[in-house]
Amino acid sequence: MTATARLSPLHDEHVALGASLTEFGGWEMPLRYGSDIAEHTAVRTAAGLFDLSHMGEIMVTGPEAASALDHALVGWLSQVGVGRARYTMIAQEDGAVIDDLVVYRLADEEFLVVANAGNTDVVHAALVERCSSFDATVRLTSVETALVAVQGPLAESILVSLVSSDVDAVTGLRYYAIVPAVVAGIDTLVARTGYTGEDGFELFVPAERARELWTALLAAGVPAGLVPAGLSARDSLRLEAGMPLYGHELDLTTTPFEAGLGRVVRLDKVTPDGSVVEFVGRAALASRKGSPPARVLVGLSVLGRRPARAGHSVIMDASKPDVVIGRVTSGAPSPTLGHPIALAYVTPEVSAVGTRLAVDVRGRAEEVEVIALPFYRRD
Amino acid sequence: MSNFPAGLKYTAEHEWFTDDSPTTIGITWTAQDALGDIVYLELPAVGTVLVAGSVVGEIESTKSVSELFSPVSGTVVEINDGAVESPDLVNTDPYGAGWLIKVDVTETGAVLTASEYETQVGS
Repeated sequence: MTATARLSPLHDEHVALGASLTEFGGWEMPLRYGSDIAEHTAVRTAAGLFDLSHMGEIMVTGPEAASALDHALVGWLSQVGVGRARYTMIAQEDGAVIDDLVVYRLADEEFLVVANAGNTDVVHAALVERCSSFDATVRLTSVETALVAVQGPLAESILVSLVSSDVDAVTGLRYYAIVPAVVAGIDTLVARTGYTGEDGFELFVPAERARELWTALLAAGVPAGLVPAGLSARDSLRLEAGMPLYGHELDLTTTPFEAGLGRVVRLDKVTPDGSVVEFVGRAALASRKGSPPARVLVGLSVLGRRPARAGHSVIMDASKPDVVIGRVTSGAPSPTLGHPIALAYVTPEVSAVGTRLAVDVRGRAEEVEVIALPFYRRD
Repeated sequence: MSNFPAGLKYTAEHEWFTDDSPTTIGITWTAQDALGDIVYLELPAVGTVLVAGSVVGEIESTKSVSELFSPVSGTVVEINDGAVESPDLVNTDPYGAGWLIKVDVTETGAVLTASEYETQVGS
């Protein structure tokens, strides 16, 4: 723990709940409250409550906010309807991924950009620069905003129990949509998004109301099986759901195509008068699109019990441990599946589903099989 | 709520062991707490000759892996099959049902008392 780690507005709540704390993206956040497997399982079977206040919120507003974001990001944000969200990325000129983002359109001229904790400052700086020639204002609102997520099959019923006048707006909310609603008496932006592979909601509230919201959600949810869940469960849940984590599957050496996320790159973006939008990274990404990537992201099912972990080498088999054909980017035991799983970048010729490979786990080859992503999909 | 039973010996690498032969070896409350949910144990087979201070096994949790160091030299006479089958025993009862191996001791390595270990881990 460094002296400079920032504290969530819910920090005292985490301490009172006995959380193990860890530093993540410059913040001191809960790793787990008790058993991370129990927290993971609660999200799959009932509900989990997450503090995501470390995530970075950036508001982009103004008459040209939409076209500014079309220029700044790889996605086509001006096509996103009010009240909807889009998963997108911000790239460098060379096509490398600076961060992956969720962008919410709150109004015609108002967008909420959510960045990863450790990338918030660099994303903010890039947006300020890239939007400077547009009639748009970029404002970092991360400090004044808290983010709390309720995820799991019971998320909707727990949330609705705290909503009085906006019940239909919440129950009718589609996946990747956002609506203002009063939750436990607090003005909240309720988004049906998340990072667990379950149904669930992410709630943006003023930081000074975060404790009130957190307490109300626990009081309403715990009798139904909701538990507070930490970053450890968040990571194993997102891994089962096959979702990338910046710094693992995505970084400045990666383009969206290698990560299997080429669909987020909108080379077909045009302005209302029909001219091509020259977004940052477009030329590099356009030239990469046609050519096969040198490596592709795959899912690995570990056949033994020793988990493959981030950084381990992927090899053909035990007989040639020095011939490295890939690298594990994330790996952990899967609480839901009962065996270890991993994400890895491998050379394309060994990326087909069903291919048997091995991972060098601390000097011993562990057999793995390439399997289709995601590892887990809810019914 | 960490605990350090006074009757046991400890190592700087977070093992505990009993002061007899065969000695019983496990990992401390502090070690299992730092690891989180333990999901897999790799322990030396019965008959393996161990050297004090060397790596003799692996303890995998959901988030990380930790090496098991032997605090003594000697020969493994028993491994805890119950803990291999149910590694969560190491979390729930690290000084009891979650013990790991029993070793016929020929020599003991560097040892900490309970209070010295407690000072080291700063709890």
